[in-house]
This record gives sequence, C-alpha cells and structure tokens, in this order.
Amino acid sequence: MQALYAQLLVGLINGSFYALLSLGLAVIFGMLNIINFAHGALYMMGAFCAYFLLNLTGIGYWWALIIAPVAVGIFGMILERTMLQWLAGLDHLYGLLLTFGIALIVQGVFQNYFGSSGLPYAIPDYPEIGGFRGLQGGMNLGFMFLPIYRGWVVVFSLVVCLATWFLIEKTRLGAYLRAATENPTLVRAFGINVPRMITLTYGLGVGLAALAGVLSAPINQVRPLMGADLIIVVFAVVVIGGMGSIMGSIITGFALGVIEGLTKYFYPEASNTVVFVLMVLVLLVKPTGLTGRAA
Amino acid sequence: MSALTDDTLPVTPRAMRDEMMVFAAMAVLLGLVPLTGIYPFFVMQALCFALLACAFNLLIGYGGLLSFGHAMFLGTAGYCSAHALKVWGLSPELGILVGVAGAAALSVVTGFISIRRQGIYFSMITLALSQLLYFIYLQAPFTHGEDGIQGIPQGYLFGIFNLAKPTVLYYVVLAGFLGGFLLIYRTINSPFGEVLKSIRENEPRAISLGYKTDQYKLVAFILSGTIAGFAGSLKVFVAQNASLTDVHWTMSGEIVLMTLVGGLGTIFGPVVGAFVIIAMQQYLAGFGQWVTVIQGVIFVACVLTFRRGIIGEIAHYFRRSL
Repeated sequence: MQALYAQLLVGLINGSFYALLSLGLAVIFGMLNIINFAHGALYMMGAFCAYFLLNLTGIGYWWALIIAPVAVGIFGMILERTMLQWLAGLDHLYGLLLTFGIALIVQGVFQNYFGSSGLPYAIPDYPEIGGFRGLQGGMNLGFMFLPIYRGWVVVFSLVVCLATWFLIEKTRLGAYLRAATENPTLVRAFGINVPRMITLTYGLGVGLAALAGVLSAPINQVRPLMGADLIIVVFAVVVIGGMGSIMGSIITGFALGVIEGLTKYFYPEASNTVVFVLMVLVLLVKPTGLTGRAA
Repeated sequence: MSALTDDTLPVTPRAMRDEMMVFAAMAVLLGLVPLTGIYPFFVMQALCFALLACAFNLLIGYGGLLSFGHAMFLGTAGYCSAHALKVWGLSPELGILVGVAGAAALSVVTGFISIRRQGIYFSMITLALSQLLYFIYLQAPFTHGEDGIQGIPQGYLFGIFNLAKPTVLYYVVLAGFLGGFLLIYRTINSPFGEVLKSIRENEPRAISLGYKTDQYKLVAFILSGTIAGFAGSLKVFVAQNASLTDVHWTMSGEIVLMTLVGGLGTIFGPVVGAFVIIAMQQYLAGFGQWVTVIQGVIFVACVLTFRRGIIGEIAHYFRRSL
C-alpha cells in the first residue's frame, strides 16, 4: 500500500504541473487564439532561472518562486510584442508554427550550454520552523511517509490554480478579459486597451509555466529538454479537457495526473501512454472534449 | 475559413502545361545526378524526405489540416519494412508492400480519430498520437528500442535490380519519388482534390452543398499517410536502418519545416524545401545543437516574413501556380 500512496503522490505532483501548464495554455488561447508550443520551453526557463538565481547570485528558492515567473513572464511579453502580435488575423496554425520555432531556439540554446543531463537543485532548508528545516525531510502520516516538499508542491499549485480561477472568473479585470475573449472590438470601443491586456495575458500564462518550472526543479532536476516531452502530454490534457473552462483545465490536469500515478502502480508499462490512450477514448466518445465547446 | 494560400489560381490548361514542364525538367535534372559526381546518398535521402513532405503538403496545403505527427507514418513503415526484410527475409518489393500496408493501416486508425476535431486541435491530436506510438515502439521488442533495426539487407528488386549498387538504388528511389509525386499531383487536380480545396476554404459551405466533408478528409488523410509510409519504406533501403528518430516529434517538426520553407500548398515547394533543409543539415552537421537553433530561427523567419515559401514567392511573382 505504501507504494500505491507514493505513486498517487507522484501522480498528484504531475497533475499539478499539467494543471498549471494547461491553465496557461487555455488562458493564452482564449485571448491570442494561439496554441503556445513554446510553453514547455518557458517552463524549462523557469527552472533554469531558479538555478541561475541560486548558483550565480545566491538568491534562494523562496525568492525564485517570485522572481523566476516575473522574469520569464517579461520575456514572454517581449516575445508577444515583437513576434506574436503580428500574427493577429492569420490562420491559427501560424501561431503554432511560430511558437514551435521559438521552442526550438530556446531549447537548442540551453542544450548547447548545458547538454542534456540534469542539474541538481536542492530543496530549500530554511526557514526553520519547529523541528523542520525548510521543506526538507518528511513526516509520517501513519499510512504513508510524506516528503514535505512534495506535499508543498501539490498544495501550493492548487492554491495558485484557484487564485487564477478567481482572478479570471470573479474579478473586474477577469471580466474585462473574458469580454475581450468574446468580442475584442467591442471591448476596445469601451475604452479598454485590449492589446495591452493581450500582452499581460500572455505574460500571465507564461509566468504560470515558469512557476511550474521552479516547483519542479528540486524534484525533476533542471534539464534543457524537461519541457519538451511534457508539453505534448499537456496538449493531450488540453484535448481531453477542452479549453473552454478554467476550472475544467484545473480538474482535468489533476485528475489525469492521478490516473497516470495509478497506472504506474498497477500497470507500469502503460504509464507513459495512458494519457494519450485516454485522449483517444475521449475523442471517440465525446469529440468536443469533456468541458469544451464545439470548435 | 482558413486562408493558408492567399492567391488561389484557377486550374487552366496553361497552368497544367507549365507544371508538367517543370515536372519534366525536375525529372531530367534528378536523372542526371549520378553523372555529376554528387554524393548519391545525400540526394536519395533528400528524395525520400521530399516525397514525405509532398504527402504532408497534400493534407495542409489542400485540405487545411496541419498534421504534427507525420513522422509516425515514416517510422511505422520503416519498422515494418525493416522487420519484413531482415527477420522474415522477404524480397524488397514485398518489404516495401509490408511497410506501405502498415502505414496505410495506421493512417486509417489515426485518421478516424484525429479528423474528429478541426484546426488547432487536429494538430495537437496528431502530435499526441505520434508520441503514443513513439512510446509503444520504445518498449516493443521487435523495434530493438534505442538501438533500432540495423544492417538491413538491400537485396534484388523484382529479382533483377541489385539495390546494393548505389546507382541502381538511386534510380529505384527516383522512380518511387516521381511515381508518388505524380499520384499526389493527380489527386490535387482531380474532382476529389477540388472538393478538398473547397473544404479548406469554407467547410460549412461544402457541407451545405451536400459533401460529406469528414469522408473526404479521412480519404485525404489515409492517402497522405500511405504515401508518407511509402517514403519511409524507400528510406529503409537508403539508410539501411530503422530507428526511433524517425518516429520522434522532432522529425514531424522537420517535415513541417521543409514544407513551410518550400511553400505550403504549392506543388513543387515541398521538394525544394526538403532539399534545402537536408542540405543545411549536411553542411551544418558539425555545429551540434546549433542546427536546432537555426531550424527554429528559420521557422520564426518564415512565419513572420516569408509565409509563401520559396516556390510560393516565385509563383506569386510570375502569377502562376507551381
């Protein structure tokens, strides 16, 4: 049973990354009509950003959790201003091709300097509260041993996901955003700067990816290609969940992570492929995706 | 709905004549290659990829469907042919047949699944399906995982042509390429091709005119996948191996890049694009990962400033369809 719980936890962690990434993809797609193929590369940049902060400047994990998403978010906004904005009005496919090119460039540059092997990033050992040193170590829950960092990733991701949901569904800014998704021309007529909102939205989506990268750095090591295969799984998640609803992306992300974890326990050979197989099944039964509208 | 090609020119007898003249010139030039002393292996490889890109272009350029998983047909046909040749000891023509049949069967299944969604979702689904297949081939025993199937015997085609001789192999590959190219050309200019183009331009309208667009898209997908598989089978004889790189998503990306550089929706563009990209990889092989970066830069540059591609620009300038 210990092994089952451990795999469930791994599943929840992967699920948090799926949720954070597919959430960003959905938000970006809503505003820019672009499927951001560079999302995996930007996730990787988030992890590298944390690595650089620690090894070059000595800035630790907690600050990296804020600085890396902001820095990568700004990088994303520069990409949007200099390249993506020129694709408005063109076929959606060009956005996919352009961001694929950006992903190749970013991953290629990092591979040149860091090869393909993983760089270690330690779990933070501060602040010391009670008997715990930062997020290191673990605690015995009676039925399983919980490494604290892993529990932290799941809880923190969930909080960030829900905060994003709140921002988009419940605040005034989110209302502007949803309105601009539906009808940008009309929203502009009301005096709202839609191009700036588009840039900020891209920054937000990219920042979420970078945040996922920082969170995964101590677990998965920092590698130039860490996002390359992940993004394809996230695409499958997006196809399954549909991009119509924010909450749908979050729930689908976590649920698929858990299913993957269970598969790892019961039938490990299929753990790589289970998400794709589920995608096929969903397409056969309900082609529009679980929460999606017809597209 | 989609507007990948902004200038749609009518099919006229003059356009057909132009295209056939370019085709004849291309066939003669390629036929003369062994006399020039150019490394035949390079041209054969480029021809296989050119056919692959043409098959891909049939979907994107004439059906408006961007497949981001076309490497799965290349790899599947490669593995099937390699297995038939090496393990079963079949003759080359039967080996090719097994490979093409494998790719055709795969395209029926994947086509049925992926055409259930349009546009951007179609691309993501084909990518995910090819990744699914990649993991299956990674674990399946007959593919020999990371090692791939190596040292594949070339044998005698129809019992006469010794494929171990580079010149003979070259003309066999060239014949295969030209045959596949003509089949695609014929498809594009058939009534079926016209319906396909109308689906690309405005699918709801095609439906309202009574066309069962899903069936047309499925047939186009199967045709494209099967021809891509044929290219994969030919490549087995050239490279004498079948490996995981042929199924990986980076390969699918390269196919897209070749077609984009040459010109999406042009008849000769994918051929030019394939030669450009293969030549580039050949010359830049010493630069390691910078090749990936350069490919990315070409992607970005093409999308931002050069969407018609090489042949597309030429055709636009002369106001011809090429």
